[in-house]
Amino acid sequence: MGLFTGLFWLAVAIILGLAAGWIFRVAVVAASPKPIARELRTAPLTASFGMLIILIYILVAVFAPLVAPFPETEVVGTEYQPWDNVHVLGTDNLGRDMLSRLIYAARNTVGIAFITTALAFILGVMTGLLAASVGGWVDQVLSRAVDVLMAIPALIFALLLLTIVGTSIVNMILVIALIDSTRVFRLARAVAMNIVVMDYVEAARLRGEGLLRLNIREVLPNAMAPLVAEFGLRFCFVFLMISALSFLGLGIQPPTADWGSMVKDNATLISFGDITPLLPAGAIALLTVCVNFVVDWQLHRASGLKE
Amino acid sequence: MQDANDILLSMKGLRIEGRTDEEWLEIVRGVNLELRKGEVLGLIGESGAGKSTIGLAAMGFARDGCRISGGEITFDGIDMRSASEATKRRLRGRRIAYVAQSAAASFNPAHKLIDQYSEGPVKHGVMSRDEAENDATDLYRRMQLPDPDSIGFRYPHQVSGGQLQRAMTAMAMACRPDLIIFDEPTTALDVTTQIEVLAAIREIVEQFDTAALYITHDLAVVAQMADRIKVLLKGEEVEESDTRSMLASPTQEYTKSLWAVRTHARPEQPPVVEGKPVLSIRNVTAGYGAVDVLKDVSFDIHPRRTVAVVGESGSGKSTTARVITGLLPPRRGEVLFNGEALPPDFRRRSREQLRQAQMIYQMADTALNPKLKIRELVGRPAQMYLGLRGKALEERIRELLSLIEMNPDDYIDRLPSELSGGQKQRIGIARALAAEPQFIICDEVTSALDQLVAEGILKLLDRLQGEFDLAYMFITHDLATVKAIADEVVVMKDGVVVEKGPKSEMFQPPHDPYTELLLSSVPEMDPDWLSGLLESRATAANG
Repeated sequence: MGLFTGLFWLAVAIILGLAAGWIFRVAVVAASPKPIARELRTAPLTASFGMLIILIYILVAVFAPLVAPFPETEVVGTEYQPWDNVHVLGTDNLGRDMLSRLIYAARNTVGIAFITTALAFILGVMTGLLAASVGGWVDQVLSRAVDVLMAIPALIFALLLLTIVGTSIVNMILVIALIDSTRVFRLARAVAMNIVVMDYVEAARLRGEGLLRLNIREVLPNAMAPLVAEFGLRFCFVFLMISALSFLGLGIQPPTADWGSMVKDNATLISFGDITPLLPAGAIALLTVCVNFVVDWQLHRASGLKE
Repeated sequence: MQDANDILLSMKGLRIEGRTDEEWLEIVRGVNLELRKGEVLGLIGESGAGKSTIGLAAMGFARDGCRISGGEITFDGIDMRSASEATKRRLRGRRIAYVAQSAAASFNPAHKLIDQYSEGPVKHGVMSRDEAENDATDLYRRMQLPDPDSIGFRYPHQVSGGQLQRAMTAMAMACRPDLIIFDEPTTALDVTTQIEVLAAIREIVEQFDTAALYITHDLAVVAQMADRIKVLLKGEEVEESDTRSMLASPTQEYTKSLWAVRTHARPEQPPVVEGKPVLSIRNVTAGYGAVDVLKDVSFDIHPRRTVAVVGESGSGKSTTARVITGLLPPRRGEVLFNGEALPPDFRRRSREQLRQAQMIYQMADTALNPKLKIRELVGRPAQMYLGLRGKALEERIRELLSLIEMNPDDYIDRLPSELSGGQKQRIGIARALAAEPQFIICDEVTSALDQLVAEGILKLLDRLQGEFDLAYMFITHDLATVKAIADEVVVMKDGVVVEKGPKSEMFQPPHDPYTELLLSSVPEMDPDWLSGLLESRATAANG
């Protein structure tokens, strides 16, 4: 297979992807109520494609037991079976169905990444807004604490903490959420700093609004755009971190299927020219790229370049 | 003697479109313009008239999101619409220069003034770096900048706003262009500084016989600067003629309405001799860090009266407001409300005390939360202070909107971004009223608005004062506004009250020297005003 054939198929894939995005956008615009439809019509094809893929991932994750031909952890064949009609993508190192595990892993990996990111955001945004709106020593204490946490490389810190508290899914979620909330804190504080000096915040303070309402009604709505965009990016990082931890054996524990450990378990096949172990990696890559397509679109809108 | 070669810049049927959402809207609709060598043409109009867009189009440039869609632009025989980028680049800075409204935002803060000055002439190969530096010093001297030999070696933040604006004009002159476009060069300056910049610009334009497009919304300023005036409205020309006949006898209704603006003036109410003042400021000294911004400031505000606090930027007007609202606790002195001392910090004030003193801000854009609907913006104070809920609250919001002359059905569910500048300011007023206060601080409420719109706001405030027995503290730098609305005037300079008293006394001599300077610096519609003023000041200075 020459370079040109490769490029040809790449071009075909891109065109098909954009076409799918276009069809998806037309369908969604037709199906949704007016204000949403108007927003969606401005979505570029990349973002439409991204939304389509994300939707498919979500559907697959939610309906995993219905979609998957075999159970998640059951050994249903011999080891490393090649692709055939029964096991569409073959079997893994223990003889479990590869396709089924891929599908269940969407549920595990994506679900855990989402919960972790959400936790990181709740923690980071709350403390960030608090630091910005109260200022003074509260800001100093929170910011310096975050500086200390950020000074340690994330992956090494996560490994360290997981060794201390022990590896379990709950612990992993909490540890990654804590580490990632420091980044969220930084952003939320920086964005909120620019908002708390606005006259409408001053007006609200002079009106006698309490801290909670001040942050929720006056500051947070105006900080949403960059935070939402950051949520998408952060989600990708968390996702990659979970996969990295799983690959290192400290993340999601067997026999639970997840994309990171699936790459690790089947890595030997690569030496035989079989691309099966790359599929979970590809699933990670595709989701990451698609999330970023959507985030780019949102960032573009949030930055006000269009207005 | 006026042959065709005399014409430096001509525009014929110029059309420019701007993109909003998904369609192109015409913002300049077929404007014709001719400018001879050495002539100054004033472009005036309200915001949205297309003045700045036309100014930029003279350089063959359209802002992001805009495009020149029709007409001709010819600069000295060169068709600017079809000229290549390289051609235009050679012209820009070399033969056409541009002076922006805010010099502070247009200078690169990381480079010294003289480096930025020299860039143009050196790039265009007009002078060597050394020549450019000598030339800069010469121009700085002509612009009457202090310390012309060394001022160029300062960074932009090390010189004042007025000096920066003059340095920018000098920079525009660097290549001795044939045409300079001045886009509101004095709008951001205080009146006393404005005079210096106007005089310097006029002087230098005359000396080098440069043609200029002078863009402004201020009629009195354009009267001093321009040979001819063109009035624009919504991208179309209203009329054009030479300055004197335009001032003396405008033909179009719109021009007449512009000229007649500032007619709103209400009779001054007699000073209150007895009774408690609503608010009294007693010997307040306050400041940031080690610096005292306010020094021993005292004045009273009586019920149903408007006190205008006047002064240049840095005079402590807004700091006074911050002391009253409790954002800046004073070092010494106190603020009494109805005879009772207010806690210095707003966090220690009771809800009732907060309710009684409301504030209307200068920039309605930043004073209204862009993510909240009018319903919540106006309704929140009523809900909070008066405990209104559900139907009663809805009724009250509608009542307030009617009070500020906005139809509740149309506006109650809108966001601030869906309103015009004047309407936003009205919402700011409604929000203050919603608390049912006795006293409102108006901080430069009309200075960001067009004259006709500002007039409407002043009338509204005036009417509301009568209806609700409000006392206003009106912070402004604009003496025309003072004339229109004040009962009493407090003149501030460098944190000290220079003069205070009823309006009628304030506008009658004898004045305090500073009040005199302030009053005489307000441009008048007379085209000879600036020359006369400069002459009389020169004689006074020479004794």
